[in-house]
Amino acid sequence: MEANKIIPDPAQVREELIHKYPAKVAKKRSKSIVINDPETIPEVQANVRTVPGIITQRGCCYAGCKGVVLGPTRDIVNIVHGPIGCSFYAWLTRRNQTKPETLMDANYIPYCFSTDMQEENIVFGGEKKLKIAIQEAYDLFHPKSIAIFSTCPVGLIGDDVHAAAREMKEKFGDCNVFGFSCEGYRGVSQSAGHHIANNGVFKHMVGRDNTPSEGKFKLNLLGEYNIGGDAFEIERIFEKVGITLVASFSGNSTVGAIENSHTADLNVILCHRSINYMGDMMETKYGIPWMKINFVGAESTAKSLRKIGEYFGDEELKARIEAVIAEEAPKVKAVINEIMPRTKGKTAMLFVGGSRAHHYQDLFTELGMTTVAAGYEFAHRDDYEGRDVLPGIKVDADSKNIEELKIVADPEFYNPRKTEAELEALKEKGLEINGYEGMMKQMTKKSLVVDDLSHYESEKLIEIYKPDIFCAGIKEKYVVQKMGIPLKQLHSYDYGGPYTGFEGAINFYKDIDRMVNNPVWKLIKAPWETAGNGKGAGLAASYVTQ
Amino acid sequence: MLLRHTSKEVKVREGLTINPAKTCQPIGAMYAALGIHGCLPHSHGSQGCCSYHRSTLTRHYKEPVMAATSSFTEGASVFGGQANLLAAIDTIFAVYEPDIIAVHSTCLSETIGDDLQQMTKKAKDDGKIPEGKYVIYASTPSFIGSHVTGYANMVTGMATQFAESTGVKKSQFNIIAGWMEPSDMREIKRLAKVMGINIVLFPDTSDVLDAPQTGKHVFYPKGGTTVDELKSSGDSIASLALGSVSAEPAAIALEKKCKVPFETLDIPIGLSATDRFIMAISKVAGVTVPEEVTADRGRLVDIMCDMEQYLHGKKVALFGDPDQLLPLTEFLLDLSMKPVHIVSGTPGQRFEKQMRQLLDERSPETNFKSGLQADMFLLHQWMKNEPVDLLIGNTYGKYMARDEDIPFIRFGFPILDRIGHSYFPNIGYGGSLRLLEKILNAIMDRQDRDALEEKFELVM
Repeated sequence: MEANKIIPDPAQVREELIHKYPAKVAKKRSKSIVINDPETIPEVQANVRTVPGIITQRGCCYAGCKGVVLGPTRDIVNIVHGPIGCSFYAWLTRRNQTKPETLMDANYIPYCFSTDMQEENIVFGGEKKLKIAIQEAYDLFHPKSIAIFSTCPVGLIGDDVHAAAREMKEKFGDCNVFGFSCEGYRGVSQSAGHHIANNGVFKHMVGRDNTPSEGKFKLNLLGEYNIGGDAFEIERIFEKVGITLVASFSGNSTVGAIENSHTADLNVILCHRSINYMGDMMETKYGIPWMKINFVGAESTAKSLRKIGEYFGDEELKARIEAVIAEEAPKVKAVINEIMPRTKGKTAMLFVGGSRAHHYQDLFTELGMTTVAAGYEFAHRDDYEGRDVLPGIKVDADSKNIEELKIVADPEFYNPRKTEAELEALKEKGLEINGYEGMMKQMTKKSLVVDDLSHYESEKLIEIYKPDIFCAGIKEKYVVQKMGIPLKQLHSYDYGGPYTGFEGAINFYKDIDRMVNNPVWKLIKAPWETAGNGKGAGLAASYVTQ
Repeated sequence: MLLRHTSKEVKVREGLTINPAKTCQPIGAMYAALGIHGCLPHSHGSQGCCSYHRSTLTRHYKEPVMAATSSFTEGASVFGGQANLLAAIDTIFAVYEPDIIAVHSTCLSETIGDDLQQMTKKAKDDGKIPEGKYVIYASTPSFIGSHVTGYANMVTGMATQFAESTGVKKSQFNIIAGWMEPSDMREIKRLAKVMGINIVLFPDTSDVLDAPQTGKHVFYPKGGTTVDELKSSGDSIASLALGSVSAEPAAIALEKKCKVPFETLDIPIGLSATDRFIMAISKVAGVTVPEEVTADRGRLVDIMCDMEQYLHGKKVALFGDPDQLLPLTEFLLDLSMKPVHIVSGTPGQRFEKQMRQLLDERSPETNFKSGLQADMFLLHQWMKNEPVDLLIGNTYGKYMARDEDIPFIRFGFPILDRIGHSYFPNIGYGGSLRLLEKILNAIMDRQDRDALEEKFELVM
């Protein structure tokens, strides 16, 4: 067991991180690097443009729209309108697992569809080719839905993907065709794409099927993408406690479920950043409240289930939830007890995503590990500081370009699931309805929070803090490991998982134990490189003397 | 079934590409630029391009892949990306201190008409490029060609922007590497040494994308062609370009700029292509082929003789890039195998003609398509119509291989789910022997798996 490390002075660390930057860059970056105080949370600059050349973790709007939100739904044909690369790179690389019910059910996830725009399409326009592609997809597959994703040049040359989609939808009659203006240059990161995806899914999918859903406790799971089978574990738990999952946005999901999602009575949100818009819009239009939950971490899972039980207010459900927690907890505890002596006191850093850097801290806490620094790749201030800061966030030029849908209550289907009084009563009980308190409130005083971490900053942080594990993505993976520190990928899980729920927590504990205590980290130096083995001199000397 | 919607009936498509056997230019440019020592590749476009390319290369190599981006926003897309590029150059030289920044364009910056030549010149005129440092560029629009084209364009950029002709020839030869792995480039250098010739190999990603674990991250690993070497390439006696699509354009540019004559060869994959490579070195450098090389060749032919019964007539489907497919197809034919289906998403009349010629002579019934809609969906449909004994291609082939229950060899780019390609070459006689071993293992493992108990063999 390692002793707790001495945490460096964060103010000095901040200076260290920015001193090499040109003055303007340093000034800008310093606002995104803050020293946490959970009591009086400081403002962190987030969701602003990345400095060109800085080596960022961030991707683009298209990645957030097609890759993150729409990618996991298995029975949509997702056609990427653009040159070939955009579709190629988003092809199966996010590990969104999906399980069609039968061999006959549609599953287009292993496929990659593109219009493969050529120079003449850029010069003379690509709409004609797009319509041919949509027709060919329809003729070949007869899917329920076809979605079109615009890549950078499409917006610039003025192809109207929405008009093309409308025209083809009308022509087919039995296939819902819709488009997304998610050109890579929109916004400042993937985040813009999440918002655009939310708008499109809400406009074109949600509410198309009004068949009342069955079940007593019906909810939608928002912001869960079934990476590594996360959704399967949550589905297992829901089934055990008797909760009906109407739709998932969008791990292991289908078009039909999403179209019917407005018949649920609660939205629970896992990844606030990527899907909070959907929660708000469904609240306004259909009267379904949303609740921030977290199924990452065994404690958090139990807590989230209890919140759901409290929301529905049914004693029988609450009892079942308690019974399931009681049944699952001993397995989890047994693994923690075994592993904790090897992980307690170790330190972690998490720089990833728009919610994962928060959620995964719970798992480290359960292992007795401390998060010394964390930050998001594409989050906004509310994900750091809590939704209370929302009214104060300035909308800059980059965000202004992302459409805010004007939503009103549906004249027919608006049905507030809880009265004002009931909501108040739930809030009294500590249930945060339509709210999120953010990451920083949960982090320790003087821990470091850095938004949109650059490569340079990551190397400096590792040098200074020497954490026992660093959590980020594939681009950072081997850089950090070359420094002799294990990196846990929290987008792809290093091809493991699931990490949600009780089973997932156990998987994570074991993986972290394996990584931080792996013998390989002590084998990096060759025997002749370590102290006391001065360049094989001893051997040479004895050879000579013989 | 993973690819449950792929039907047997082949219909001509004109708009839709399904399961592409290619990707876009910039990733090739990024890969090539990593083969210059002390170079930071820079993607002039949206952040996503850079992120996707770095991710794909990282997954392929399990190595750090460093590159920067101009981080275009909507404003830059409307008003042009010059300000972003100039800011990026400032930041990069201040923070990451490369010797060279190799800028490539994207579909975004090409569509709005950003002129990299003018912008890099402005950077120089404005004093943004420190003394002794360089910014080179390549135009790599994603809507033309493929990743291979991007690679060729960046390698051409190296030749045109670095090579100098001093008027005094140096006793050295250029070997311009077509798209190949670091292991292959290392093997080229070894072969040149064995043959006794001095070479400038560019690009050279060995010791960059196969760097050892030392406990330290070296931002610019020790490998890569140096600026001095690239400059001196203009004084070389001759160039050998390995690959007509990925390497020849640079050789042509070098001939134009510095009058260095060149010969274009296939990448030395397989027996015949390696024979031509060794003969070409022997001829242009006037060296005799050492015994060691002849013995290596003999070992390869020995196994070809000894194991022919497992190879003859076996049907193979393959997909990938032109400069690999051509010598690979020839090797399969030398092995008495039948390449029955071949696709490459990379377009090009030259490749089309070369492959047709090879197939007309030795395998006229082969299905072959390159360019638009020459994708894995089509290949899979062909495979359903005429089943094969072996599939060769990049990682994405595993979905077809599993569905059709066909032995599968990973070859090409990208390989996202196995290691080895960056460490063990597929070129030269030794590399070809490794490839042959893989082919035999795949076929013989399948024979073992499927044999009836009474037919299960101990000795094979």
